[in-house]
Amino acid sequence: MERFFISDHVRISNGQFSKNGNLIFAEDKDEPFTQTIRAFYKSLEIQHPAFYKMDNLSKLGFCAAELLLKDHNQLSLYNSQEVGILLANENSCLDTDQEYVETIKDPENYFPSPAVFVYTLPNIVIGEISIRHKIQGENIFFIQPEFDAEFMVNYANGLLESKSLKAVLVGWVEFYQDKYDAFMYFASSEKSKQNTLEHTVDTIKKIYNK
Amino acid sequence: MEQLVENLKKQIIQALKLEDVKPEDINENEPLFGEGLGLDSIDALELIVLMEKEYGIRVENANAAKSVFTSVKTMADYIAQNKK
Amino acid sequence: MTNRVLITGMGMISSIGKNVEETYGSLIKEKSGTGKATILNTIHKDTFPLSEIKFTDDQLLTLADLQNNRIYTRTTCLGLIAAREAVNHAGLKSLSRLRTGMISGTTVGGMGKTEDNYKNYLLPENTTINSQYVDTHDCGDSTQTIADLLGYNDFVTTISTACSSSANAIMLGARLIKNNILDRVIVGGVDSLTKFTINGFNTLMILDKDLCKSFDADRKGLNLGEAAGFIVIESEKAAKEGNRTILGEVKGYANSNDAYHQTASSPEGNGAFLAMNKALNVAGLTPTDIDYVNVHGTGTPNNDLSEGTAMTRLFAGDYFPRFSSTKAYTGHTLGAAGGIEAVISLLTIKYQTIFPNLNYTTPMPEVNAHPVTTLITNAGVKNVLSNSFGFGGNNTSLIFSAY
Repeated sequence: MERFFISDHVRISNGQFSKNGNLIFAEDKDEPFTQTIRAFYKSLEIQHPAFYKMDNLSKLGFCAAELLLKDHNQLSLYNSQEVGILLANENSCLDTDQEYVETIKDPENYFPSPAVFVYTLPNIVIGEISIRHKIQGENIFFIQPEFDAEFMVNYANGLLESKSLKAVLVGWVEFYQDKYDAFMYFASSEKSKQNTLEHTVDTIKKIYNK
Repeated sequence: MEQLVENLKKQIIQALKLEDVKPEDINENEPLFGEGLGLDSIDALELIVLMEKEYGIRVENANAAKSVFTSVKTMADYIAQNKK
Repeated sequence: MTNRVLITGMGMISSIGKNVEETYGSLIKEKSGTGKATILNTIHKDTFPLSEIKFTDDQLLTLADLQNNRIYTRTTCLGLIAAREAVNHAGLKSLSRLRTGMISGTTVGGMGKTEDNYKNYLLPENTTINSQYVDTHDCGDSTQTIADLLGYNDFVTTISTACSSSANAIMLGARLIKNNILDRVIVGGVDSLTKFTINGFNTLMILDKDLCKSFDADRKGLNLGEAAGFIVIESEKAAKEGNRTILGEVKGYANSNDAYHQTASSPEGNGAFLAMNKALNVAGLTPTDIDYVNVHGTGTPNNDLSEGTAMTRLFAGDYFPRFSSTKAYTGHTLGAAGGIEAVISLLTIKYQTIFPNLNYTTPMPEVNAHPVTTLITNAGVKNVLSNSFGFGGNNTSLIFSAY
């Protein structure tokens, strides 16, 4: 059976932004998410004004992908249809749904916001990552009660084994009422120099639960 | 008119979440769409909401919208003509 | 060794019928279910036609054979009605209990009840009932509830990828069977109409104030609808049990991302092209093998241009298959679209009938082909391509074939 490898992994939670277990960036864990994520975005020094229009879930996923793909040319090995995205979370885009309801709930002050409505689907974050990194392969978003390493690893390996994809971004991107947790990694058949972690359920469980 | 233009710039920045843009960065005669601020179709829809929310003016269809939202100046002119 | 994925049952409830038989009757009579909303109390009911299922929530409880002992959302009721019909059609109850799962696609979940009740949420007298609304709000609740009630819950998951949700559910189910992880799966999706959705789509200015005109040069937008559509898919071995009629085969499937915009599709139809092309590869078919395309065809200026362009690129050369959008009948049912259009595709195969693209008069200049506008019988259809393209650039194409 073919083996697959994780070339990098990132984690964003409690104000801490880590890559491959190393803390890259940190803000006060009690700071509101919008400030934390803005500070991180600015530290990236990229020009992507659309960032500010995103909802919190998309900002979180976008930043996780940026951190993951920064300084590492994994994507350049593949053409756009060979890379896919596989994400999941528990609360879907409920936080943004609530933000949208605020714009329509008062009949005296009724101004539905198209810009907010656009983000009332959990898979828009995949759209944002795809637009930014020109990723056009298969993509899907699951709603599950918690991060299920067994499900996600087996699903991703299935895609890689069947050659539906050559590489895949896998992640758990959860945001609700200022509580956030993003875990994302890049799996493919390539072994990179700095990371030779095998893409197995045990490895992913270990990394996620650290 | 000058005050209206200044207010409009601030409102546009807020409504469209243009966080890295200051009012002095926006030239009121330059096109809003295409180059410059890089606005898209969703931004156009939000400008329609802005018109109604802040000025009580309803822009009914997409064709009217094109000419009204060409620049900050055309928006200000439209408001001056139509404000209730 | 890959397994074939065979279809043994189908169920559907929408504005054109509460079961598959009623649906077929409406389709051949060219009877649309879109019109003035009478059940949902939306401020837009006099402005935008909706494809509403003409049963109140209480009536749906009865139709679903459920008691009023706990909250069952409209989504759950609709989903149960359609999933149960599919399961009964497949005759699963009288067969041996193999590894059977359920995968449903939805965007709305239990939001219908929550949007009606959230204002009273914090009132102390409502604590007990309101915590139930919280429990039934999320997208996963309807799937789990239905799977548990039907007793087929060896593997249960929910997919929420906008308008491609239930098509993706079918694709995942097919893969689980091909890889011998499950023997049978109930796949499809459900979405119910809510004020949240109508307001949101209105604010994007993509709703038509009249009946939608898919692929027409003068199209103005879509009509929203609600529905549930499920099929039962099985491995060849499982399908052989019980001497049942095979309705068809899930021959091909593919998913791609358009990577263009959050809600608009690229004018070149890149994502659509990639999905359709890859589905053909998976099926081992060429473009000329497709006899009919059930297009996504929402009737928005953007989708139909993007999809039409993608089809022109795919069917380059002299052959352009017959195609139609059935959304003028059922409305755009969002998360349920892929599921109900799978059922409609299977009806096309079963009855060898192509259902027309209603409300069409003027050809689009960008597409060198017209949709089917009258009912075609004895249609000679073996392979159907069904498209479901969602916001976030999530594009899925499925291929259903006669068995």
